Amino acid sequence: MKKNLGILGLFAVVFIVTAVANPSFINAYNLENLIRRSSLYGIIGIGVSFVIITGGIDLSIGSVIGLVGCALPWLMIKHEFPVAAAVPLVLLLSLVIGLGHGLLITRLKLQAFVVTLCGLLFYRGFGRWLTSDATMGFARDYEGLRKLAIGRIPLGELPFIGRFNLPVPFLILLVLAVLAAVFLNRTVYGRYLLALGRNEQAARFSGINTTAMVVLAYVICSVVAGFGGLLFALDSNSIQPASFGNFYELYAIAAAVLGGCSLRGGEGSIFGVMIGAAIMQLLYNSINLLGIPTTLEFAIIGAVILAGVITDEIVKRIAAKRRAVLQARQAVV
Amino acid sequence: MTASASSLAQLLEVRHVTKRFPGVTALSSVSLMLGTGEVLALIGENGAGKSTLMKILAGVQEPDEGELLIDGRIERVDSVQTAQRLGIALIHQELNLSDNLDVGANIFLGREPLKRGFIDRQKIREDSTTLLKRVGLDVSPDTIVNRLPIGQQQLVEIARALSINARVLIMDEPTSSLSTHEAERLFEVVKDLRQKGVSVIYISHRLGEVRELADRVTVFRDGRNAGDLSREEITHDRMVQLMVGRDISQFYARKPHKAGDVVLQVDGLRTQAHPDHALSFSVRSGEVVGVAGLVGAGRTEMLNVLFGVDPAVAGVIQVDGKLCRMSSPRDAIAAGLALVPEDRKQQGLVLEMTVRTNIGLAGLKKNQKAGGFLNDAQEGRDSAAMIEKLRIKTPNERQIVQYLSGGNQQKVVLGKWLSMQPKVLLLDEPTRGIDIGAKQEIYLLMEELAEQGVAILFVSSEMEEILGMSDRTLVMHEGRITGELQGEELSEEAVMQLATGNVAAAVAG
Repeated sequence: MKKNLGILGLFAVVFIVTAVANPSFINAYNLENLIRRSSLYGIIGIGVSFVIITGGIDLSIGSVIGLVGCALPWLMIKHEFPVAAAVPLVLLLSLVIGLGHGLLITRLKLQAFVVTLCGLLFYRGFGRWLTSDATMGFARDYEGLRKLAIGRIPLGELPFIGRFNLPVPFLILLVLAVLAAVFLNRTVYGRYLLALGRNEQAARFSGINTTAMVVLAYVICSVVAGFGGLLFALDSNSIQPASFGNFYELYAIAAAVLGGCSLRGGEGSIFGVMIGAAIMQLLYNSINLLGIPTTLEFAIIGAVILAGVITDEIVKRIAAKRRAVLQARQAVV
Repeated sequence: MTASASSLAQLLEVRHVTKRFPGVTALSSVSLMLGTGEVLALIGENGAGKSTLMKILAGVQEPDEGELLIDGRIERVDSVQTAQRLGIALIHQELNLSDNLDVGANIFLGREPLKRGFIDRQKIREDSTTLLKRVGLDVSPDTIVNRLPIGQQQLVEIARALSINARVLIMDEPTSSLSTHEAERLFEVVKDLRQKGVSVIYISHRLGEVRELADRVTVFRDGRNAGDLSREEITHDRMVQLMVGRDISQFYARKPHKAGDVVLQVDGLRTQAHPDHALSFSVRSGEVVGVAGLVGAGRTEMLNVLFGVDPAVAGVIQVDGKLCRMSSPRDAIAAGLALVPEDRKQQGLVLEMTVRTNIGLAGLKKNQKAGGFLNDAQEGRDSAAMIEKLRIKTPNERQIVQYLSGGNQQKVVLGKWLSMQPKVLLLDEPTRGIDIGAKQEIYLLMEELAEQGVAILFVSSEMEEILGMSDRTLVMHEGRITGELQGEELSEEAVMQLATGNVAAAVAG
């Protein structure tokens, strides 16, 4: 938790500055939107953090989201599959994709960067071909299923905010985060992932099936990305095969890194990743509300992430130096 | 001061140098002298501080106290560049060559002669040829380094040192990966350099070569000067005595015992590294079997195959009479094996994790609760028990392993495996790089485990350890077991003969 204080502070600062500068920030409609979007990106951020913890990377997330976004309406609208068949099918497709990544990386010893970069290209192309590049959607049907993404639970009148409804994706995020945190911190498998992310060889020499665990991490990442794709698709209801989900892998990775995952592996906090995803959406929202030219959007988000990572590194170094001095003193005594 | 040193002009002097690292004082007020054209052997057990001093001389690290004098002047050697300017060159045990580049490029790496802004290949070729001649290496400067055998690569390193006009050549275990023939060639080169006035600090564990080469010997023990020997005083016994600092028979704890039933039986095992040679042997309950041999004899490869890290090409492994297929360390652990690997930091520990987590790492699955949940209580009990039993010096169980000394790190690795109660304990260089106190504790622990009936198979390159700790010794040479020695037959001479492949002499002796 101590690790997350920095990012929590950053979140609070941006939040307060925006709220003070523009009163329309604290407004039920705006906050609901912000929470819904943060939750959707938080979900895929949690997925990719499993891969990052193993010291790997998944660049194909955006394309998996795109492919699921194409495949779901393609199955349900064009081929009239029932929901109970179409949803499991797209999730199965994501699982197979993750399994493929994991096996290529562990068995053939290919680099994760290369495998998932090829995936990024392949799934995007496949989705466009499947739909003949035509925009897909669910029209006005499937109201029940779409509640997963656009549903709101009324919480009644809240102070300052007014009538507030809690977006359903936030609840989904909470459930997923609890599951992920328990898995990572309370089960032997989570311990395996953290250990092999730090030192794969030592983990293997301790009898851990590192191959299976790495494959599992990629499967989790792709299934969560597929599930996220489903939610994004239900949310937008207008899916352009060529662009739907573009760059989302970078948002997910950035959220994970902001949240304290090291790309060197072995480190990660699920809570941190949630805040990381929220900060990016908050920044996006602030840029709009504070009248900063939206053309600067990427530049600002990039600068904030870099500043965060630099601060983190400096704090770590100071702590390490302090510890070394302390230990040297103990050694002399 | 010895006769030979005072007759030579002093080139290099180390005065009362102290160096501390977190948790350990590596050097405490050590001194050393080196004359022009002198070969000084620096010996001492692992952890005695030899490599730390070499790093200080080569400008990799700076001393906390004390000074270095070159030609009688105090110099601050604060970088590798400074050391090079002063004419000091270090040749590492693991060679520092870019083996994808050619010989000439390596010799002049970082100091490439230029012509109109481009690398002057012609000059590199000419100068390299001259330098290669000086070290007696007859290869073209255009040869890619990875095409050369390891002995010749070492000569390339020496040529590089000469190219910066090195006056002091520091060689760290130069023969550790050389064949006998290559080593002899290296000795010729060293003797030749001495003739030409180059001084050499020669670090080696091989007392035979020290006797052959050294003009003088300086001995370090536990980061301090333990003594100097002049040319005529250099004998094997004197060197060992100074290195160990006490009677060897007291240092090793091994008492003779009765071995029980065969626990580990290996028949016709072939490793990928040496598929032509089949290995067969057994280890009994309560028995300590040493595996001796030179670097590259295939000892680590054998342990790795036994433990399922690498697949076997052929062969049968039985534990307690049951046939075992070791296709991963998991299988080996399930069969009751444990391996304390050679490379503690890469293979034994997750350095960034805590003492407790590392001790618990192998037992996670065994101790898990229903649903795969961690058994925190069991992990806590195991780690507390091991910290106490092995006397691991750590502020608490949540200490990051990285910040412990080498000996305590090794105890953490041992703790991880002892908490699994193995039937067979495989140890690969168990005391490498740890201080003498921790060493003795590890010997006592091996003794205690053997008494409890654990079968122990340990690989060691330290002769004293092999002689002192094993009930029986297997000697390996180039992938074969060249002999098995026990009782009266077990002597340094016999081990060395078998380790260098001289089976007939070992049997005759």
